[in-house]
Amino acid sequence: MSKFVYLVPLFPLIGFLINGLGRKSLSKSLIGLIGSAVILASFAVSLGIFFQVKQEGFQPQVIHLFDFIKVQSFNIPFAFQVDQLSSLFLLIITGVGFLIHVYSTSYMHNEEPQHYGRYFAYLNLFVFSMLLLVLGANYVIMFIGWEGVGLCSYLLIGFWFKNNNYNYAARKAFVMNRIGDVGFLLAVFWILAKLGTVSYGDVFARASTFSTFDVTAITMLLFVGAMGKSAQIPLYTWLPDAMAGPTPVSALIHAATMVTAGIYMIVRSNVLYTMAPTTMTVVAVVGLATAFLAATIALKQNDIKKVLAYSTVSQLGYMFLGLGVGAYTGAVFHVMTHAFFKALLFLGAGSVIHAMGNEQDIRSMGGLKKYMPITHITFLLACLAIAGIPPFSGFFSKDEILAAAYEHNKVLWLIGAITAGLTAFYMFRLYVMTFLGGFRGTHDQEHHLHESPSAMTIPLIILAVLSVVGGFVGIPEAFAHNAHALEHFLSPVIVKSTETAHALDTGTEYMLMAISVGLAVIAIIYAWTRFSKKPEIAEAEGAGKLLANKWYVDELYDKVIANPLVALGGFLKNVIEKSGIDGIVNGVGRGVNYAGRQMRLMQSGQVGNYILLMVLSMVLMIILVFYGNNLNPVLKYFSK
Amino acid sequence: MSTTEILFWFLSALALVSATMVLISKNPVHSILWLIIVFFAISGHYVLLNAQFLAIVNLIVYAGAIMVLFLFVVMLMNLNSDSEPQKNSRFKVAGTIAGGCLMLIMIDVIRDAGEVQNAKALVKVGNIGLIKNLGMALFKDYVIPFEISSVLFLSAMVGAVVIGKKD
Amino acid sequence: MPITYYIVLSIVLFCIGVVGVLTRRNAIIIFMCVELMLNAVNLLLVAFSKMHNGVAMAKDPASTVGIDGQLFVFFIMVVAAAEVCVGLSIIVMVYRNTHSVDVNFLNRLKN
Repeated sequence: MSKFVYLVPLFPLIGFLINGLGRKSLSKSLIGLIGSAVILASFAVSLGIFFQVKQEGFQPQVIHLFDFIKVQSFNIPFAFQVDQLSSLFLLIITGVGFLIHVYSTSYMHNEEPQHYGRYFAYLNLFVFSMLLLVLGANYVIMFIGWEGVGLCSYLLIGFWFKNNNYNYAARKAFVMNRIGDVGFLLAVFWILAKLGTVSYGDVFARASTFSTFDVTAITMLLFVGAMGKSAQIPLYTWLPDAMAGPTPVSALIHAATMVTAGIYMIVRSNVLYTMAPTTMTVVAVVGLATAFLAATIALKQNDIKKVLAYSTVSQLGYMFLGLGVGAYTGAVFHVMTHAFFKALLFLGAGSVIHAMGNEQDIRSMGGLKKYMPITHITFLLACLAIAGIPPFSGFFSKDEILAAAYEHNKVLWLIGAITAGLTAFYMFRLYVMTFLGGFRGTHDQEHHLHESPSAMTIPLIILAVLSVVGGFVGIPEAFAHNAHALEHFLSPVIVKSTETAHALDTGTEYMLMAISVGLAVIAIIYAWTRFSKKPEIAEAEGAGKLLANKWYVDELYDKVIANPLVALGGFLKNVIEKSGIDGIVNGVGRGVNYAGRQMRLMQSGQVGNYILLMVLSMVLMIILVFYGNNLNPVLKYFSK
Repeated sequence: MSTTEILFWFLSALALVSATMVLISKNPVHSILWLIIVFFAISGHYVLLNAQFLAIVNLIVYAGAIMVLFLFVVMLMNLNSDSEPQKNSRFKVAGTIAGGCLMLIMIDVIRDAGEVQNAKALVKVGNIGLIKNLGMALFKDYVIPFEISSVLFLSAMVGAVVIGKKD
Repeated sequence: MPITYYIVLSIVLFCIGVVGVLTRRNAIIIFMCVELMLNAVNLLLVAFSKMHNGVAMAKDPASTVGIDGQLFVFFIMVVAAAEVCVGLSIIVMVYRNTHSVDVNFLNRLKN
């Protein structure tokens, strides 16, 4: 089966071509059908590959398709890596991707056929790029996918391009990603310069030849790339703005798949990261700081999608915390469970927005429970999952990361646990204000409220089931011995996984679980009692205002980075460009013009003049050839 | 000073003086006559170098045929008077300086050239300049260029007729 | 005779020809100066021919080394004769059209 791996990205590419080229002629139902069917086909192939990889004794395979860049001994092949890690990501991408495609067929139904086709073309192209990213057998192929998903993210955030604010958001995402990409690219060049190869197998096999400085620099630069793509401090501000795109896009790209590319990349490079403890510390601290900061901001946001966006940033921070403390499996586990419940949350939010007629402010919602039962139940399950209530999936993955953090450093664990409590609080604030209490919107909106069609609710249900049971692939050591299926599955691709978790004794682990669950439960109860009676309508004040304005980070970036850059740009444009560059360019032009006018006079048409010049040139040439040695070194050079 | 040397210096001086006179004569007919004297001096040098054939050919072809042709043309166009309008003197000075520089530099280059420092040209003796030897070489080794030169003459003749005929 | 004498003589003759070409405006005089330059070169060729022959004769009295130089002179004369033939006919034609042999009138190249 693994030799058919090229089919996995090929199907979405075909879908992209058909939908992209035929967007003006195909009907909407056909576009939706093609768009979803190609992802389903990819999912089927991915399943086949997964079951093959799952067998005992499977060795990672590199499927060589063709030579991509070949210069003498230097060769970058276009090859796909089939192993446990990539097959798991294939399943997540194509599985969640398929559900979101199905959901989109209904959600985007009000678009004109042409834009509908464009939407599905972009979505298919995104899936193609994402598959390329996780399948590539070297950093260059990964980089192609990396850029591809960045492009699709840009296109889809700015999908409604008639709104200028959306275009600014798209541009912001693109530029922020680009800053990270530079880091990634430099890391790839660094590896290339040191080893002459970028294939994973070769790089990891020869990783021990790196000096400490090299490996630290490379991993740091890779992490800069991951910061941009996975929205970590300081490059996280694009992700909340990226909510300008259609909600299914937010679910697919900005929650389930693309933003986890950074985690995938670090897990893929875990050999290098394990060699660089300095980088690991940085990753852990940055991840934790992001998780905490984003969680505090999410406390006071009123836009349903903004809350989810900051929650995503926060959860991504968790994953980086896991990576930083060496719990690679835990991070991948959290990527998986997060893909389920966060996609579900976004799709649920989409369902709500759909019902509310594009209203996104939770202060205008409330009491949707009785109008939208399926959305309500699934949303509640997802909230429980993200809050880390057992036995929902989020509990297992979050617990694994926290346990690893505790083993590493107790301060990390403490902040992580507090953040988990914050997460539970703001998620239930969101839930309560949306679904409980009385309806606070206009009369028209109330009249319009309805449950979404089955194309939207069925993906919700499937994702809800996954959110509930998804955690059972990684049952911690404390509950049952050797029951962590995911860790067992991933062990061939991860050098030193979670011995840390094993090192904890069972009692401590139970205690950690109890504390984090207890914090979450307290936060939930507090949120429930506080907001179900008296929803938070008023503008935030004091510290709350600081949070509502996102710690003024955007304003800080504007002041510190954007404005000076704009000023510098203005200076360059008005002074350097106008008088400097233009002066030189025009001066060259004027000089040539003047020289031409003077030289023209030499062309007198008088044969005598020409002969005189000829004789003078002969004299000059003889001088150069025979006396050049004595004149100066430059002429000496020419007289050779 | 041997006879040869006396002859050499005399012929050289004659050639240089006559050549200068070619330049500075106002009247074209005088220039032509001075040029004929230059050719005679050069033919004398050929004789001195025992290149008898070339000496004779030089006299017949250059001093005879070609110069007569020049003279003929000058006479035909009635240019024998001092008809040349004066070139501006600045240009004359520039030309003289340029030519002078060329001369000085070439002489200076020769002065330093090691190959010719002590070499001598064979004077009075040697028989490669005799008609017999030249004829052998010309009709054996150089017979094809010789024949081709006849074609060149033919084409020059045709060209002269075409250009010169009244249109 | 030292070969340098001949070389210097030839150079001086040649440069007189060059100066003539540069300073005179009469096309016929210019033409004559070109002939002068050709003759300077001819003289040098013969002198070099004798120089090489002299070196070879020291070993073999019957040697004909250097005869090529004299044959070249012969061919130069041939070509010069042809050249003069065509050149003078051109001058005649120019005179017929412009009633002058002043090269400064021949500045059609300017336009």
